Amino acid sequence: MMYDFAYHRARTLDDARAAFRDADDAAYVSGGHSLLPTMKNRLAAPDRLVHLTAIPELRGIARDGDRLVIGAAETHAGVAASPVVQEAIPALAALAGSIGDPQVRHRGTMGGSVANNDPAADYPSAVLGLGATIHTSEREIDADDFFAGMFTTALDEGEIVTRIAFPVPDSAGYAKMRNPASRYALAASFVARFGGDVRVAITGAGSDGVFRWHEAEEALAARFEPGALDGLAVDPDGMMSDMHASAAFRAHLCAVGTARAVANPGRLTLLA
Amino acid sequence: MSDVTINVNGTDRSATVEDRTLLVDFLREALGLTGTHVGCDTSQCGACTVILDGKAVKSCTVLAVMAEGSEVRTIEGLAEGDELHPVQAAFCKHHALQCGFCTPGMIMAAVNILERHGPDIDEALVRHQLEGNLCRCTGYHNIVKAVLDAAQQTRIAAE
Ligand SMILES: Cc1cc2nc3c(=O)[nH]c(=O)nc-3n(C[C@H](O)[C@H](O)[C@H](O)COP(=O)(O)OP(=O)(O)OC[C@H]3O[C@@H](n4cnc5c(N)ncnc54)[C@H](O)[C@@H]3O)c2cc1C
Ligand code: FES
Ligand code: FES
Repeated sequence: MMYDFAYHRARTLDDARAAFRDADDAAYVSGGHSLLPTMKNRLAAPDRLVHLTAIPELRGIARDGDRLVIGAAETHAGVAASPVVQEAIPALAALAGSIGDPQVRHRGTMGGSVANNDPAADYPSAVLGLGATIHTSEREIDADDFFAGMFTTALDEGEIVTRIAFPVPDSAGYAKMRNPASRYALAASFVARFGGDVRVAITGAGSDGVFRWHEAEEALAARFEPGALDGLAVDPDGMMSDMHASAAFRAHLCAVGTARAVANPGRLTLLA
Repeated sequence: MSDVTINVNGTDRSATVEDRTLLVDFLREALGLTGTHVGCDTSQCGACTVILDGKAVKSCTVLAVMAEGSEVRTIEGLAEGDELHPVQAAFCKHHALQCGFCTPGMIMAAVNILERHGPDIDEALVRHQLEGNLCRCTGYHNIVKAVLDAAQQTRIAAE
């Protein structure tokens, strides 16, 4: 059983921040699908949980010119099923639909996933691969400055992710090798093309969490086709290694996944 | 402690619970609805699946206080008297259970698939949509058959 705590359902951003400040060791909770399992295993023991999903500023999915703006409290299922997302960035909708299972997608949120920055989570690759902007209760943060290593982000104590603005690319693709038990990424690559610029973000593989594969970006900017990646390899030294996959296998999957994401824009490719 | 009121299977049910109480413990301990099972402590098995405001969720990973004011449906709410819900009947007919431990969660997940996708579903969709429910006995084959048959019965009933 979890250690006890006091629960507070916040109605406004100010209410949430005040409730966080007034406790000794508060934690925000959105879908609870990373935090509650951690608390059940007694690996986290906040004395107050401040629930964010009823705050109106954290809701909504809308196209705003050349950006797609998604509220932090939108669920994975909501993003996957949104016609606005499917139209603007179909690979992002497909990525959301590949997270966990239906029950997880009904509760888990984009803001929670991004704030958590699990090295095997899906969303960080789309946020970094699309060069999104993370809007918080305090400021705006570029994706390139946001992810700071496993389970670490640029967020300050008490700062709340409110929404994420994704530039709409000319095309984007996502290829993922799933852990067969959890469906988290064993390695996955998000590739986005904006005119002559290409961004490649890899999740699930790196021992510092999500990262950009710059050599692949340069090769694809010169020639946007899978063959442009021939001979390029990710260094296994920087890869995670565990019972599910060795560092060498993960490095191999980075290259295969990136080629498949280039070959299959607008959708999810599952590596099997 | 918090006072929680949740509409369970059509009736408002209230209890005063510790804030850390999981929805599944509210159902099992406070209300005595022990049809909803707990099969793991990693949020993976789906034995605890209930339908919360129209969506299948793992009730071991939702706090009772988070469900305040919501509607919850559990396995106890499916049958009408002695008449089984079509998904329950299909599970019997197709031997979709052996030990039965996963069955309540499996059936609630299946009922929610039919609610969200309608009866025009195929095997690939059912397998994908049941990924959050683990069964250690059946090998899934008869479970998938049962869900597809329940969908077909629903189609026939609608004609
Ligand atoms: C069985 C299972 C399978 C899963 N499979 C996958 C998978 O395949 N791929 C994947 O990517 N994920 C997977 N997940 C994780 C899931 O997607 C989580 O929902 C997600 O990582 C966290 O979102 P949440 O809303 O549940 O966050 P919570 O658990 O509520 O919070 C997570 C962390 O973020 C903080 N936080 C939450 N919201 C905010 C906010 N708005 N601003 C600032 N901080 C905030 C919390 O304080 C906490 O530290 C899985 C989870 C489970 C249980
Ligand atoms: S008891 Fe296993 S997922 Fe809830
Ligand atoms: S019937 Fe035994 S676990 Fe499914």
